[in-house]
Amino acid sequence: MIEVEHLTKRYGLLAAIEDVSFQVRQGEILGFLGPNGAGKTTTMRILAGFFPATEGRAVVAGYDVFEHPLEAKSRVGYLPESPPLYTEMTVDSYLRFVATIKGVAGAETPDRMEIVKDRCGLAGQGERLIKHLSKGYRQRVGLAQALIHDPDVLILDEPTIGLDPRQIIEFRELIGSLRGEHTIILSTHILPEVSMTCDRVIIISRGRIVAVDSPRNLTSRMQGGEQIDLTVGGDGSRVNELLGGLPHVTRVAVEEAGNGLSSVLVEADGQAEVRHAVARQVIRGGLDLYELKVRSVSLEDVFVELTTEEETSEGTFREGEDPDREGEAAS
Amino acid sequence: MRNYFAIVCKELYGFFVSPIAYAVLGVFFAVSGYFFFGITTSLIERVQQMGFQSQQFGSAPPPVDVFSAIMSSFFSVISTIFLLLMPLITMGVFAEEKKRGTVELLFTSPLTHLQLILGKFTAVMVFLLVMLVPTILNLCLLYFYSDPLPPLSPVLNGFLGAFLLGGSLLSLGIFASSLTESQIVAGILSFGFFIILWVVDWMAGTGSTLANEVLRYLSIMNHYEDFTRGVLDTSHVFFYLSLIFIGLFLTSVSLNSPKWRS
Ligand SMILES: Nc1ncnc2c1ncn2[C@@H]1O[C@H](COP(=O)(O)OP(=O)(O)O)[C@@H](O)[C@H]1O
Ligand SMILES: [Mg+2]
Repeated sequence: MIEVEHLTKRYGLLAAIEDVSFQVRQGEILGFLGPNGAGKTTTMRILAGFFPATEGRAVVAGYDVFEHPLEAKSRVGYLPESPPLYTEMTVDSYLRFVATIKGVAGAETPDRMEIVKDRCGLAGQGERLIKHLSKGYRQRVGLAQALIHDPDVLILDEPTIGLDPRQIIEFRELIGSLRGEHTIILSTHILPEVSMTCDRVIIISRGRIVAVDSPRNLTSRMQGGEQIDLTVGGDGSRVNELLGGLPHVTRVAVEEAGNGLSSVLVEADGQAEVRHAVARQVIRGGLDLYELKVRSVSLEDVFVELTTEEETSEGTFREGEDPDREGEAAS
Repeated sequence: MRNYFAIVCKELYGFFVSPIAYAVLGVFFAVSGYFFFGITTSLIERVQQMGFQSQQFGSAPPPVDVFSAIMSSFFSVISTIFLLLMPLITMGVFAEEKKRGTVELLFTSPLTHLQLILGKFTAVMVFLLVMLVPTILNLCLLYFYSDPLPPLSPVLNGFLGAFLLGGSLLSLGIFASSLTESQIVAGILSFGFFIILWVVDWMAGTGSTLANEVLRYLSIMNHYEDFTRGVLDTSHVFFYLSLIFIGLFLTSVSLNSPKWRS
């Protein structure tokens, strides 16, 4: 549904994105994850046809966005970082205007308006002036605007930024409810957001893709083995001798946890399941097993790891890049 | 075509709710009405004085075409007010879209630049008509009190001139607005353009060198005078239409530049 090949965008000397390639399948929700200034907005603007890339190719819904911009644009719904609202209009008149310029037929417009208003929780708000709406509702109008022409592809740039926690949850559910109907690209710098909503994640840092995978695979890939946390009762000093000899176990670390309990960290090489063997061994050794839990590396860890790895291996700043600009990009 | 009309309607709606638009209309009506009244009464006084003087000397009063005199002063005043007010109408046309981020909507919609620019230009031209049409009331008054009825052609020419001049200023103003995201800067730029085009012939020397001729030709007010005198000269019409075209063309160049969309 979306094919991006070797996309590069330069502002003068600074490359906002460099050699970005990826694909999105029909119906997939793709998360675009990266810190501020990573190049998320730049990539999305290119896909939405806002500006051309310096190099590379982008095909959206079967049309090259540079060669057939009108065809591509009529199949894309785009919600920019700040929703593009005419605040002096009412919700209805705004949606009607957007429907017209997106090419929705006149006869279908009222139906489409009702559908997207229902969808986005704006039922009954049609007569209200946009300037009187709260931030959360404005964001909904922004989403309604992006959905009005029932686009094949939906591009959402940091859709939950600036919302309060309750609104964020509602908005995520809203996006989740669109699963399957549209192909969605969603950018964010908030990690839990991608693990909650996305089928696949692209991690981008300093204009380059550093990882592409499902949220689950990314996590386990980073672990490079398994870590198990245990809490045992009894003579903690015996834990090492009991568990150290188990096959696949690479390391055992014991710590006093008070109340006659010890907390134990067992590291395994990840080649085979060791949890049952560990549990059996503890019980057999006459100790009490209070807790056994696989430690999961959070996406957060993956993210930090991937983006800092990049930094240390590539030197500090690329040529022509001004570190101060990063803060500006966020605003 | 639908896109074009959608833009026109959206822009007009914007004027309809904009305090700037109402302020411009209010000031224009007040000032043009005031000058119309002043011009008319002072001219009538002068004519009466001339009548008395010639009676004292026993000669026939010289024939004065009061109506034409009023028309030409009135349309000159209008042109000056235009220079001051037109930047206020156009300054937001593109600058505001950019500031609010609504360009992201416009540029990612299946709209052509032609539809966008012509739509916006049409809307400001409609606004210009809304400004001009009520001044017909002033002229109706003149017709009501004139005997015999004055000819219609000076009025029509005057309005055509005002419309063309206004259109040129609006077109250049739209270009200025496409250069920046600040309304104020756009307004100042338009003032700059207008003033330069207004006084460009002052720089012309007395000789008839090519440069001087060009400078004189470029002066927007030189082309306007004939209209106020009730003369229709197609070369002036051509001048203003070219200016409108140039303004809109430059706008499209400006929208196409990659600098614009960042
Ligand atoms: N108009 C611009 N001129 C120069 N540099 C820009 C411009 N817009 C963005 N950048 C730079 O491009 C990089 C990517 O920005 P952006 O795509 O907005 O990142 P993100 O959306 O991930 O925060 C940043 O380093 C930013 O400073
Ligand atoms: Mg961004």
